[in-house]
Amino acid sequence: MDLHFADAEATEAERAAVDRFMSAHASETGPTKAARLERPRSRERRDLLLPGLHALQAAIGWISHGALNYLGAAIAVPPADAYGVASFYSMFSLTPQAPNVLHVCDDIACRANGALEVVDECERVFGPEGSGDSVTWHRSPCLGRCDRAPALFVQRAGEDDFDHGPVHADLSGRAIDGLAELEGMNIDLGIERSATPQGQAEVRLLRRIVERIDPSSLEGYRANGGYAALHRAVEMGAESIRDLISESGLTGRGGAGFPTGLKWKMAAAEAAPRFVIANADESEPGTFKDRVLIEQDPFALIEALTIAGVSVGAEKGFIYLRGEYPVAGRRLEAALAAARDAGLLGRDLFGRGISFDIELRIGAGAYICGEETALFNSIEGYRGEPRNKPPYPTQVGLFGRPTVVNNVETLLNVLFIIMEGADEYRRLGTPTSPGTKVFSVSGHVAKPGVYEVPFGTPLQDLLALAGGMRKETGGMRNITSFGSVLLGGAAGTFLGPEALDLPLANEAAIERNASLGSGAVVVFDTETDMFEMVSRIAAFFRDESCGQCAPCRIGTVRQEELMVRVGSGFDSGGLIREVGRAMTDASICGLGQTASNAVVSALDLGLIGGDA
Amino acid sequence: MWLGIDVGSDIALANAVGREIIAAGLTNDEFIRSATTGFDQYQESVEPWTLERGEAVTGVPAEGIRELAHAYAKAGTAQLCWTLGITEHHNGSDNVFALINLALLTGHVGRYGSGLVPIRGQNNVQGGGDMGALPNKLPGFQDVENDELRSKFELAWGSPLPAKNGWNISQMFDAMEQGDLRSLYVIGENPAQSEAQAERVRDLLRGLDSLIVQDLYLTKTAELADVVLPAAASWAEADGTVTSSERRVQRVRKAVEAPEGARADTDILSAVASRLGTDLGEPSAEEIWNELRKLSPMHAGMSYARLEAEGGLQWPCRSEDDPGDLFLHGRLWANPPEGPLAPFVPVEHVAPVDELTEEYPIRLTTGRHLESYNTGVQTGQMSSPKRLGGTIDLDPHDVRNLGVEAGEVVRVISRRGAVEAPVRVDRNLRPGLAFMAFHFPEEVDVNVLTIDAWDPRSGTAEFKASAIRVEKIGA
Amino acid sequence: MSGLEFILDGERAVAPAGSTLIRALSANGVETPTLCYLEHTSAPNVCRVCVVEVEGSRPLVPACSRLLEEGMVVSSDSSRVRHARKLVFEMLASSVDLSLVSEETGAWMREYDVDPGRFGPTLRTDGPAASMRPGHHERPDGLSFASVAQPPLIQDDLYVRDYAKCILCYQCVNACGPEAQNTFAISVAGRGFEARISTEFEIGLPDSACVYCGNCIAVCPTGALIPRTEFDLRASGGWAADRQSVTRTVCPYCGVGCNLELTVQDGAIVRVDSPLDHDVTSGNLCIKGRFGFSHVGAQPRSEPA
Ligand SMILES: Cc1cc2nc3c(=O)[nH]c(=O)nc-3n(C[C@H](O)[C@H](O)[C@H](O)COP(=O)(O)O)c2cc1C
Ligand code: SF4
Ligand code: SF4
Ligand code: SF4
Ligand code: FES
Ligand code: FES
Repeated sequence: MDLHFADAEATEAERAAVDRFMSAHASETGPTKAARLERPRSRERRDLLLPGLHALQAAIGWISHGALNYLGAAIAVPPADAYGVASFYSMFSLTPQAPNVLHVCDDIACRANGALEVVDECERVFGPEGSGDSVTWHRSPCLGRCDRAPALFVQRAGEDDFDHGPVHADLSGRAIDGLAELEGMNIDLGIERSATPQGQAEVRLLRRIVERIDPSSLEGYRANGGYAALHRAVEMGAESIRDLISESGLTGRGGAGFPTGLKWKMAAAEAAPRFVIANADESEPGTFKDRVLIEQDPFALIEALTIAGVSVGAEKGFIYLRGEYPVAGRRLEAALAAARDAGLLGRDLFGRGISFDIELRIGAGAYICGEETALFNSIEGYRGEPRNKPPYPTQVGLFGRPTVVNNVETLLNVLFIIMEGADEYRRLGTPTSPGTKVFSVSGHVAKPGVYEVPFGTPLQDLLALAGGMRKETGGMRNITSFGSVLLGGAAGTFLGPEALDLPLANEAAIERNASLGSGAVVVFDTETDMFEMVSRIAAFFRDESCGQCAPCRIGTVRQEELMVRVGSGFDSGGLIREVGRAMTDASICGLGQTASNAVVSALDLGLIGGDA
Repeated sequence: MWLGIDVGSDIALANAVGREIIAAGLTNDEFIRSATTGFDQYQESVEPWTLERGEAVTGVPAEGIRELAHAYAKAGTAQLCWTLGITEHHNGSDNVFALINLALLTGHVGRYGSGLVPIRGQNNVQGGGDMGALPNKLPGFQDVENDELRSKFELAWGSPLPAKNGWNISQMFDAMEQGDLRSLYVIGENPAQSEAQAERVRDLLRGLDSLIVQDLYLTKTAELADVVLPAAASWAEADGTVTSSERRVQRVRKAVEAPEGARADTDILSAVASRLGTDLGEPSAEEIWNELRKLSPMHAGMSYARLEAEGGLQWPCRSEDDPGDLFLHGRLWANPPEGPLAPFVPVEHVAPVDELTEEYPIRLTTGRHLESYNTGVQTGQMSSPKRLGGTIDLDPHDVRNLGVEAGEVVRVISRRGAVEAPVRVDRNLRPGLAFMAFHFPEEVDVNVLTIDAWDPRSGTAEFKASAIRVEKIGA
Repeated sequence: MSGLEFILDGERAVAPAGSTLIRALSANGVETPTLCYLEHTSAPNVCRVCVVEVEGSRPLVPACSRLLEEGMVVSSDSSRVRHARKLVFEMLASSVDLSLVSEETGAWMREYDVDPGRFGPTLRTDGPAASMRPGHHERPDGLSFASVAQPPLIQDDLYVRDYAKCILCYQCVNACGPEAQNTFAISVAGRGFEARISTEFEIGLPDSACVYCGNCIAVCPTGALIPRTEFDLRASGGWAADRQSVTRTVCPYCGVGCNLELTVQDGAIVRVDSPLDHDVTSGNLCIKGRFGFSHVGAQPRSEPA
């Protein structure tokens, strides 16, 4: 490939940012180009594109043409391709912007908690979206902190990002010149903020979190049962682990519910090298359990992914963490370093010739990158567009190699199963959905948060655990009675009061044309403007469609447009259903295939479209 | 992998690669034993070419040479492809032998997907050779000096043919200088601008008794001619065939009318023949082709009907049911090999004739831009957004050291002449290496600078390596 | 080659192992609509008008890229299939100018009774939405419907990029990149409905890495990429398919032997293509072969440059 760069020079600061980034990766082996000695070695490291763009965005606050050229030359990526990738993610700015960017969540759970007032306040204080010299703001889809709605994520040039919630309208007013203040509130509040309000129910994954074990301490982790599972797993050997996981009946918690043991066996049957990936891209609106699990217990994920690596026969693992989770990112980075120092990651582990290490990759604002094949493309430095299946990831995955992708929560279950055995695991839950499930409960409940309950627990029991409907006065009105629940996030379905007895298990949900999905439970009271909520979901899919396939790229646009007609009574929803069917049937990936679920279920329930 | 080799050190690189392949035990011993001769002498000749010496002479890091040697030797199939960067040197033929040696070492020849591929710079250079436009060959590569073959043609054409090889182009100009060549008939070439040492060439053309030029255009050469015969463009205004680099004969067809007065090359030649007293009639392109098929065994199977139906055919194609050969030299893999064994030909590195000195410190190499063609006669008509025009392309360091700027017109001086050209900065060059395209003789007459030291075997001049210095004007 | 048995629309059928469904269906006399598919390139698999129903698969599957398996039960004309194809065509036609798609595609759209007007009148958007941040868009007003209408990009004399006709089939990007040219001058930029074909920072094509091979033109199914000669003639109403002939010849420039198809109208070459199924270069050319034809023809030859 003959790289051609149009005339656009990087500034000194941009060059320094890229040089720093490159030297941090200098020791890694990648295919190098043997060239003249006096010429800089251009390295074909396409997989460094996404982190390289992050390095520029973090240091400079935006990515200029010159900077993109300079990075592209360093890793041998053509500038048009690099631009195509950079322009895919909402956390990258390709035009100059203020160094402090507030991403204000205006998604469903936050809307249910006054997010639009925060948006109005931002507009009043900072001016229109995207304007402003030192501070600017943008609306954002769900930031994964619906337990502290309304939420805010602050991206800063030259300094650490942070997130915050709940924000109140007057607080955002203070944020104008008071960014430092906001940051001050954030510091070390992580544990309190995200503590789960779990009640007396039996917990497995949340145990250390409920007991408030210090997430930053490897010693603390070990003293509380940490790394026992890995040691046992190493004793058991790869094949026995796979058998045990199969026996337990563990299924994926990322949405599709695929049997985990089978997935591991399929990958292990293919030729090495193989990869294992923890999917921590959690961007399904209303879902925040993975964030809490990582922020509060980061070593557990590292241990569990290591076991997956050992069992599948992979020497390298990735954790793909969504970019809007700065605290989780910093904690994971620190925990990875600690584990490496302690000889728990690296070469020849436990003197058994096992090599395994984990690389943390950070997303940059694209829901679709949680789809496993889009995630591969994202890591590899391509646009986060899903791939055609088959072939399946266990055959042809990351870098074309057999790959296991598991949700964070799925992996954490492995620790329990290894320590307690398959029978103990199956003691809770239902025969087809054994074990426990961590739900993210938000919206108009008294105690939003993550709750771990056995599969099969009735929806109303979960809501009771979350304190039931909120009693206090919220904003202008009294919030009291249950209206509807969105189960499974934006890709999920609305259910009405008649579903309160629904046992939360995969098979029971399917019977009612619903699915547990990621375990998001967003509760709305009877007063909620459901048209606004459903419209927000339609807008979400239109924003997050990768744009690759026609039914989803255009269908999500038409769906949102037609929603307006439904809202104004022009349309009874017939055409929207037709579009929805085409999206469900003809789209490439799960995004398009589920993009009409919520809208259609809202029509079915009469939450919207009643007048036409 | 890109190896920024110093111009004119191809043999050094090839020999170092060859030595490394031998030293690393990556040779195809079976092939060498059964199909080649002279391996021992070759091994001896490359012995001094250690990676370090290779690096010192070629400028390519030793590690790069090693990587290349190993990648080439270990590949399942591998081709060595080259263009004029290999052949336009005073020792161009030796360059080619150095590459052939590598193919013999590894057995990367005579098999599907492996081979030696000189890529032709014109759509029908191969066809010209096929048709006998070579000083020593008749159509179908039949030797002029072979009486039996020659008499076959004499019989068919009813006329005696010269029994001695003719001159190649470099010899022709020498002959003009000696006064031994007094008349020249040029068809579709523009030597007044395309040959090295252009000033000398133009003087020689002017000095001829008669110069006849047959061309699409009134080229610079045509301007010097006594008679100009306007020709139709063979690829779109006339019918016929051309042969590509892969020996594939394909049909060209008339799609548009030529301008008033311009005629197909075959028409012109028949008409000239009849004025000279031989009536060739007005044969169609197909009739001429069918005569060739009778005289050239390697073309015998290629009827127009087959060329049409099969999307071209590769010679040799000896009969109507011969599919043609996808690749040559497969015979070397027969057990035992058919025909003569392939000889290793040890060759030594000799630096370019035009030496770099303090006075002429920069190596100039010439070549093409993708969007232009030769002296620009055809492509000049296209409104190309990528046309760079005649420039001297220099590395950013050299530009800085010279104290000049992009776009500034500088004087470029070689031992043979000087031209003025604007500077273009090209990061893909490196200090001490300059590039000029030869498409724009009207703007920058590059071949005033080039050297006509030529390879005695191929008759090709060393366009690729001149020594120059660049001067700021008015400094 | 061994044959695989499968059920097609209720009948037993056979096709060679290794066939894609589209070929397997075609071998059994069932044709499939396509837009983003070309026989000689790897399938981008994005337009989804080729979907068929396969028993056991929840979503419909793309016939252009799914491989046939023994025992598959395929429906090519079920109501789900017809509905999905019709809707996808309608959505495309309502947002993209499909006036230059092939006659076959037109016939399919008639077959499925495609009525893009069902979504209402289309909204004219002026220019690509390059400035739109991914993940953000203007709220719809319930009256107008978004389209990719935009003025054509005319930046040189060789070819025009009329992205109002772009269905985002990725063929041009693949041709410019790994499939043919290895130049990577263009890519898909942006996301969702704002996804578009673009150079870096939307710089002009002459400044970009583009080498004007036009291999992207060759694979564009909608006429979004179009030689300037044809674009101008169409714009002036002078394009007359009935006065055109196509002649196969060989490129006059280098020694590769690329085949050319010269489209001639009124004695002048108006467009150059290369046959996609020819094994010399599979339809690919360079700037000289595709655009370097102005020097021939009956008009008096101008002086050489
Ligand atoms: C649009 C889309 C987004 C997704 N996002 C996530 C995600 O954020 N986290 C996740 O674990 N799985 C996500 N998935 C599911 C993954 O593709 C994959 O099925 C999952 O990570 C497999 O892990 P599991 O078997 O442990 O559930 C998403 C799927 C789709 C279609
Ligand atoms: S369904 Fe949507 S998100 Fe998925 S590939 Fe198609 S356009 Fe992209
Ligand atoms: S003309 Fe060639 S180089 Fe230019 S964009 Fe098209 S395919 Fe790429
Ligand atoms: S310009 Fe043409 S080839 Fe390129 S994506 Fe659009 S429709 Fe496809
Ligand atoms: S953080 Fe706002 S909806 Fe989830
Ligand atoms: S033709 Fe199959 S997806 Fe486009």
